[in-house]
Amino acid sequence: MAQATVAARETPAWSRNLRDVGFWAEWAALVGLIVLVVIFQIANPTFLSTGNVQSMLVAAAILIILSVGQTFVIATAGIDLSIASAMTLAAVSFGQAFSRGWGLLASCVAALVAGTVVGVVNGVLIARGKITDFIVTLGTLSAASGAALILADGKPVTVINSTLLRLSSGSIGIFGYTFLIAVAVAVVAHVTLFHTRFGTHVLATGGSPDAATATGISTPRIKIAVYMLSGVLAGLAAILLVARVGSAEPAANTAFLLNSVAAVVLGGVSLFGGRGTIVGPVIGALLLTALVNGLTLLGVSQYYQPLAVGIVVVLAALLTRFQR
Amino acid sequence: MKDNGMPTPDPTPRPSAEDVIVDVDNVSLSFGSVRALVEVSLHVRAGEITALVGDNGAGKSTLVRCIAGIHRADEGHITFDGSKTDFHSPEDAREAGIETVHQNLALVEDLTVWQNLFLNREIVRRIGPIAILDRRAMQARAEEMVSTLAVNVPAVRSRVRRLSGGQRQAVSICRAAGFSSKLVIMDEPTAALGVQETARVEELILRLRDEGHAVLLISHNFAQVLRLSDQVWVMRAGRCVGGRRTSATTGEEIVALITGALAA
Repeated sequence: MAQATVAARETPAWSRNLRDVGFWAEWAALVGLIVLVVIFQIANPTFLSTGNVQSMLVAAAILIILSVGQTFVIATAGIDLSIASAMTLAAVSFGQAFSRGWGLLASCVAALVAGTVVGVVNGVLIARGKITDFIVTLGTLSAASGAALILADGKPVTVINSTLLRLSSGSIGIFGYTFLIAVAVAVVAHVTLFHTRFGTHVLATGGSPDAATATGISTPRIKIAVYMLSGVLAGLAAILLVARVGSAEPAANTAFLLNSVAAVVLGGVSLFGGRGTIVGPVIGALLLTALVNGLTLLGVSQYYQPLAVGIVVVLAALLTRFQR
Repeated sequence: MKDNGMPTPDPTPRPSAEDVIVDVDNVSLSFGSVRALVEVSLHVRAGEITALVGDNGAGKSTLVRCIAGIHRADEGHITFDGSKTDFHSPEDAREAGIETVHQNLALVEDLTVWQNLFLNREIVRRIGPIAILDRRAMQARAEEMVSTLAVNVPAVRSRVRRLSGGQRQAVSICRAAGFSSKLVIMDEPTAALGVQETARVEELILRLRDEGHAVLLISHNFAQVLRLSDQVWVMRAGRCVGGRRTSATTGEEIVALITGALAA
């Protein structure tokens, strides 16, 4: 710390930044993304082709939405392990509603409601029941996937709908509709986190629950709200998932859970709460998607992908130790 | 407990009602079988620094928490600014004009100075149904608040994590002093500070008084109490065992009151 301040007096800002580990920690996701893009582009020039970029952005959409939900939870020093299961339950709810002839809109509402319910249960148990977030969401992880299996009787439901098809395949330029939805979610989330009272209170709740309480912020209410938000976004992600896959499956989707936490960590959000951005996790989600896409493009066996994701995440977590 | 044979005439003559901002009248509070406060009566005058001293566990913090709306008295009542209080939360007390500078400062390290100053009192602009933070207005107002009070002005846009102990204390005090508070309660405001920073914070406390705030100060530092306060109340084992005008007492006398060597 003392050394850093000495350096600060002698060198211009940009070179100080480059030498400061904290700077790299803050921008780990962006630096990682650029490095990956360069490597993959050199290794395989089709990586940055319009078609591949478009498909990567679409592939990242669901993860971006989940990561945004996870960011709010982690910003309050919590964690939502049930986020992917909530999405599964929401997807199955969508499928059941759709197969009963409820129509598209009602099915979407069913998905959002299912996600919201999981979120509210999480929030109430954690904030009012005062049970550790880790245990609660681990429990709802299992409960929600169980409920999804029961509801679906273990079988996928095919969902054929022209609107959903257009949603998953249509685009404006190279930006697919689903990616644009994810971007819209991220923009709203950014404004919410940094330009509303709620956002400030989320950061205060994570940064110092005592200080938040002392200034009259109801931390239990904030906690319930962020888990609910995470649930709602899981419901929205479920709709995009059903649209992409063309069916509602009671599958586990564990990769989405791990990747959502990974994207948040890559994005420089502190797991201890109180600090974070929306841009960071969004870039983190893009990085993870680019990583998997690039490895596939290079013909690396699928079996190596989780290993690669794991290494990248642990490296990022290591970097965040140096955050300022 | 008032009449255990006071040898001297009442050393704290009761001021007229309009001079008293806080009047604690026979307040008792128990936590289970622990009697934290026993028939405590004391008053705080408007425009003065009133010190509350006593050993650890004497009930100072508990009493202050009653005034700040964190605890509710089992018996007795507290009058603030002429009307009996019925606070159900610290928010109620805050609304009434009682601000507390907490021992742990109650600052969020990862938020900026201005965000902390306006925590849960954010200024918003309404755009239709949406309320958007007016960051610029808050930053400008924070600049004013900090520059009128603090000597070593912390930059309002820097994170609290980067401030020194004295600067944090200054931010905390600015927050309490802003928003037209009538009474500022401070629990050990200089306990964690070095000599220079303590001097700065003391200057701040005096300035608070000069601006018309009543200050209720908990302190273990007798020199500080004698330097700053106009009135001292001494607590021992949950009771208020005596009060003195600071100008008419000595450190020895206060120590004697605290330890019980001198009965009121």
